[in-house]
Amino acid sequence: MTTAVLTPSSTGFDRPHSGGSFLGSLADIWAMTRRNLVHISREPMQLSDVTIQPLLFTVLFVYIFGGAIPIPGGGSYVDFLLAGILALNLTTSTMGTAIGLSTDLHEGMIDRFRTLPMWRSAVLVGRSAADFLTSVLCATIVILTGLAVGWRPGSSAISVIGGFGLLLFFAYAVSWVSACVGLNSKSPESAGSFGFIVLFPLTFVSNAFVPTQHMPGWLQAVANWNPVSAVVAGARDLWGNPNPSAMVQVWPMQHPVEAALIWSVVILAVACPFAAHSFKKRTTE
Amino acid sequence: MATDLMIQAEGLTKRYGETQALAGVDIAVPAGTILGLLGPNGAGKTTAVRVLTTLARPDSGSATVAGIDVLRHPAEVRRHIGVAAQDATLDQLLTGRQNLVLIGELSDMGRAASRARAKELLAQFELTDAADRVVKGYSGGMRRRLDLAGSLMTRPPVLFLDEPTTGLDPTSRLRVWQAIRELLGEGVTVLLTTQYLEEADELAHDIVVVDHGRVIAQGTPQELKQASRGARLEVTLAEPHASAVGAMAPLVSGPVSVSDDGRTLSAGVDSSTGLATVVVRALDDAGVLVDNIEVRQPSLDDVFFSLTGDHIEEEGAAESDETGSGSGGAATGSPGPVGSGEGRHELEGVRA
Repeated sequence: MTTAVLTPSSTGFDRPHSGGSFLGSLADIWAMTRRNLVHISREPMQLSDVTIQPLLFTVLFVYIFGGAIPIPGGGSYVDFLLAGILALNLTTSTMGTAIGLSTDLHEGMIDRFRTLPMWRSAVLVGRSAADFLTSVLCATIVILTGLAVGWRPGSSAISVIGGFGLLLFFAYAVSWVSACVGLNSKSPESAGSFGFIVLFPLTFVSNAFVPTQHMPGWLQAVANWNPVSAVVAGARDLWGNPNPSAMVQVWPMQHPVEAALIWSVVILAVACPFAAHSFKKRTTE
Repeated sequence: MATDLMIQAEGLTKRYGETQALAGVDIAVPAGTILGLLGPNGAGKTTAVRVLTTLARPDSGSATVAGIDVLRHPAEVRRHIGVAAQDATLDQLLTGRQNLVLIGELSDMGRAASRARAKELLAQFELTDAADRVVKGYSGGMRRRLDLAGSLMTRPPVLFLDEPTTGLDPTSRLRVWQAIRELLGEGVTVLLTTQYLEEADELAHDIVVVDHGRVIAQGTPQELKQASRGARLEVTLAEPHASAVGAMAPLVSGPVSVSDDGRTLSAGVDSSTGLATVVVRALDDAGVLVDNIEVRQPSLDDVFFSLTGDHIEEEGAAESDETGSGSGGAATGSPGPVGSGEGRHELEGVRA
């Protein structure tokens, strides 16, 4: 039989064996996270999705719809809008996760990763960590733009932070759905279309930009049970901003924070294992 | 049994859908040597590399790399190998330096050590000037060199290079060859796949020829070239001439074959100094006008032809399979038995 004839001195092989350990995995995740952040900074499309688009949308919506949409129960449109516009930007920017993972699988880089002694799932986790960090950047830009055009929260600092936490947590959950799409799509292009076909309608058929009270009956039902509506209503509540959905007598609109958390946890519970399974399937031959 | 085999595979088979990519491949690479895995596109070279580098699981067979079982302990194998795949596996959006550092960090080298090693390799592969440019803008040759550098980040004892020079210009090819030769000095064991006999000849200690997922011959480059009857002399005449074959025959080994238009004569030769001059003189004496004369080293196609009786890309005939199973026992380093096609080689086109 052959024997392991290698000794560190004979081959120059002197790597510490931290693979498989918790710290080793964390280091792999961190390395992959930084790599993906560099990617986003060098992809004009993805970068503008989290910087220019949020700024533009916030300003456009406030000045175009601001005067035209009455808020049931009173209040200013910009105060009403901010949670909605943040939900739109955070949700749609998760399509970057789909495109990124799909690109990774289609370029040779995934084979390189698979021959390295790294924790493989760091490819997935590092992606979602990087996308979470860009979500935070996106949220910051929306907040600053909002403050500049007149948005003011009417609650305690903790409550305001809680509102952002709710939105970011939901966006993180959606990014795992996006990961599943990316891992199962045939090309980065088809992964990208997920955003337009699913995420945009999902965000628009909600209470994000207009109160649901003015929608046709069947659409109202869809909008009131839409997870995006729960998240947006929850954030409005926590920020002390006008929340006309509170007048809608369905459970998620009466308990928006709870509903938003439940939705997010359920989405994560389904999407994470499915993403892990898809990743394994795509990288086994 | 040898105790210093760094790469060993026995009876590897792998099927992708309808394609039998590997149909029972044995490979043995002693420590500190380069094995050239030679074959045309689709012969199974890449699949063999994918199995040995833990990317693909074989349907049957076994393999060890650095003495570690590839199927049972793939994670451990990954700690001992460097891989440069056929399609350069680089991150297009990172710079050359960032690519190398990322590989280092994912291999648990630590940030500082990764940076130091990356700097060293970038200098070694003449990429220092391009180090901080995004890989997207690299030329093909630069990508290959960076990919090779990436495979060397951890100073792995076993290296897999899948067609490292395919598509490169001659200068870049020479640079890559030089880099591979330097590795040998460091005691690295290399499995190299290539479509070029010349490349295997330049670099490899041993060559394994694969076709249709089978080993059809193995031996040293010298042995294989002998098996394919050495160099060939090809003479192009200004016009067909009756006494041309007669004038040439005493100077070459074996029969002279003539092309259909009667203008091209070719024959096997033992390359000796001044051969072309002697042949031209003899033809001139016979009153034959020569347009062109060339001594051609055997190509991969020639080796294939003599081994299988088939040209590359054609479906394997029954003989090639028999030849393949026969050479399976040639593990002692002797050249694979020369296929029955050898005889037909000389018959083809002979009309003189």
